[in-house]
Amino acid sequence: MNDIKPAVEVRAVSRTFGGRKGASVTALESVDLSVAPGEFVSLIGPSGCGKSTLLRLIADLDTPTSGELSVFGKPARQARVDQDYGIAFQQAGLLPWKTVTGNIELPLALHGAGRSERRARVSELLELIGLTDFAGHYPDQLSGGMQQRVAIARALAESPKLLLMDEPFGALDEMTRERMQNELVRICAETQAAVVFVTHSIPEAVFLSDRVVVMSPRPGRITDVIDVSLGGPAERDDSLREDEAFFRGVAKVREALHGVPVAGARGVDTR
Amino acid sequence: MSRRTAPLGRLALGALGIAAVIAVWEGYKAVAPDTGVVVGGTTVLPRSSDIAMPHVWDMFSRLSDPVIGTIGDTMWQTVLDAGLFTLRIAAFGWIIGVVVGFALALVMQRFTIAEAAVLPWIVLSQTVPLIAIAPLVRRWGSQITIGGFEWQSEHSVAVIAAYLAFFPVAVGVLRGLKAPDATHVDLMHTYGIGWWRTLVSLRLPASVPFLLPALRLAAASAVIGTVVAEVSIGLRGGVGRLIIEYAQSASSDPAKPWAPIFAAIAVGLVAAAFVGLLGLALKPYRRSEIPA
Repeated sequence: MNDIKPAVEVRAVSRTFGGRKGASVTALESVDLSVAPGEFVSLIGPSGCGKSTLLRLIADLDTPTSGELSVFGKPARQARVDQDYGIAFQQAGLLPWKTVTGNIELPLALHGAGRSERRARVSELLELIGLTDFAGHYPDQLSGGMQQRVAIARALAESPKLLLMDEPFGALDEMTRERMQNELVRICAETQAAVVFVTHSIPEAVFLSDRVVVMSPRPGRITDVIDVSLGGPAERDDSLREDEAFFRGVAKVREALHGVPVAGARGVDTR
Repeated sequence: MSRRTAPLGRLALGALGIAAVIAVWEGYKAVAPDTGVVVGGTTVLPRSSDIAMPHVWDMFSRLSDPVIGTIGDTMWQTVLDAGLFTLRIAAFGWIIGVVVGFALALVMQRFTIAEAAVLPWIVLSQTVPLIAIAPLVRRWGSQITIGGFEWQSEHSVAVIAAYLAFFPVAVGVLRGLKAPDATHVDLMHTYGIGWWRTLVSLRLPASVPFLLPALRLAAASAVIGTVVAEVSIGLRGGVGRLIIEYAQSASSDPAKPWAPIFAAIAVGLVAAAFVGLLGLALKPYRRSEIPA
C-alpha cells in the first residue's frame, strides 16, 4: 500500500465492550487496515462482526480499547476536530426543521463559514447530487433516496478527503439503491475522496469498491481482503452489473464470507 | 395531522360544543324534577331548581347588573378586573415556572446524576397539597425584604402558581432535550462542537414538539394555582377571592357565583391562546423527518 500518510491506518486495534457482571463482548480483535488516499474500501460481514464499530472508531465516535488508529497521520480525535472526514449514517439524520439548503450548509455554518461562501458551496453540492430544484424543501417533503443524497452532500460540505459511510443505502429499496450507487461512484470520482463504506450487501461492496474487507463475528476480526477494482468510474455503470468480472467479484466475496477456502485466502471460518 | 379542519370549521365546532353544554344544562333543567331524583335517601340526580341550577341566560344577564343592589360597578366590570388581576399573577407564576422548569431540565439533561437525584423530588413535589404550602410560602416570604422590595401576598400567590407550573415544563423539556436520535447526536460530535452549541443547534429545536404541550399544561396549572392560592392565602382582588365571596350569596342570588367562574374560564382561555400563538411562532420546529 501507499504508506505516505494513508487516509486511514488501523494497527492492532481491539475494542471490548464491558458488560455488567463481568460479561464483556469483544467487538473487534486486533484489526489491521490501511486505506490509501482516494481509495474506496468496503467493510462487509454479518451482524456483530464489528464493521460499524470499526467505522465509529475511525470517526472517533468511540475509542479503541487497545491498538493505534490514525487518520491522515493524525490521531483520530485530532482528525475529527480538524474535520478531516465527512460522515453519513444509515438514517439520513437530517434536521427536520431545516431546509435542504440549511441541512447541507449545517457543518459550514457551525464552523463559522461566511454566508456567501456557504451559498456558493451549497449550490455546487446541490448540482452534484442533482437536487437543485429542491433547495428550499424540508426533509419530510423528500423521498428516502433524496434525503440520503442530501446527507451525502452534507458529508461532503467541507470537501473532506475521507468519507465514512455506515450503511447509507441500507434503508432504501433496491432500485433506488442501485441508482444511488451509480451516483456515489460519480461523486467519488469528482471529489477524489477516500471512502470507508460499511455494508452488508455483497453486490454493493463489489460494485463500489477498490477493495472489499471481509469481517467475521465473535470476536469481530478481518478474515479476508479482496481486491476487486472493476475499473475507473467511467466504466462503472449499470452494464458493469451484468459483467463477468462483477460476478467473479461477487463470488469471491461470497466465498470469503461463507468461509469456503479460496486460493490465497487467509483465515478460514468453519461454520 | 393528516386531516386538518379549516379555521372557520374549527370555530364552528367550538361554538357547537358550547351550545351542546348549554343544551344539556337547560334540557336537564326542563326535564328533571326540582328536588332531583332521590333513591332510598340518596340523591342520584342533582336538584334542578333555579337556586341549584340557574338558567344560562340568568347567569349572563347577571353580568350586566351591579354587584350589589341597583347602583355601583356592574358585575362584568368587577369580574373583568378580578380576571385581569388573576391573569397578571398567573402569567408571572407561569414565567417563573417555565424558567425554573427549563433550568431543571437542562441540568438533568447535562448531568445524568442530577437526573437521578432531582427527578424523584420533582415528582414528589407535586404530591404536596397546595393548601399545605400556601401558608408556608407566605410566612417565608414575609421575612424577605431586599432593599426597597417588600414581599407581598401576591408574590406568594405567584410562587405557588409557579410551583404547579414548573412540573410539566421540567418533565416535558427533559424528554424533548433527549428526543434527538443517536445519529443526530453522533453527527454533532463529529462536528466537534461542545454541549452548549449542540444544545442550541440540535436539542432545543428538537425539544419544541415536547415543549409546547408542556407550556400549555403549565399555563393551565398556573391559572389553577393562582386561583387556589388566592383562596388559601386570602389575597383580595382576584377571581379566587370572588368565588369564595360570591358563593355565600348562592341562595339569595344564585346566578352571582357563576360570574367569577366565567372569569376564571376566560383567564384560562387567554392563557391557552397565548401558548397557541407561541406554537404558531415555533411552527418550523414542529416538522418531523418522516416523509408526509
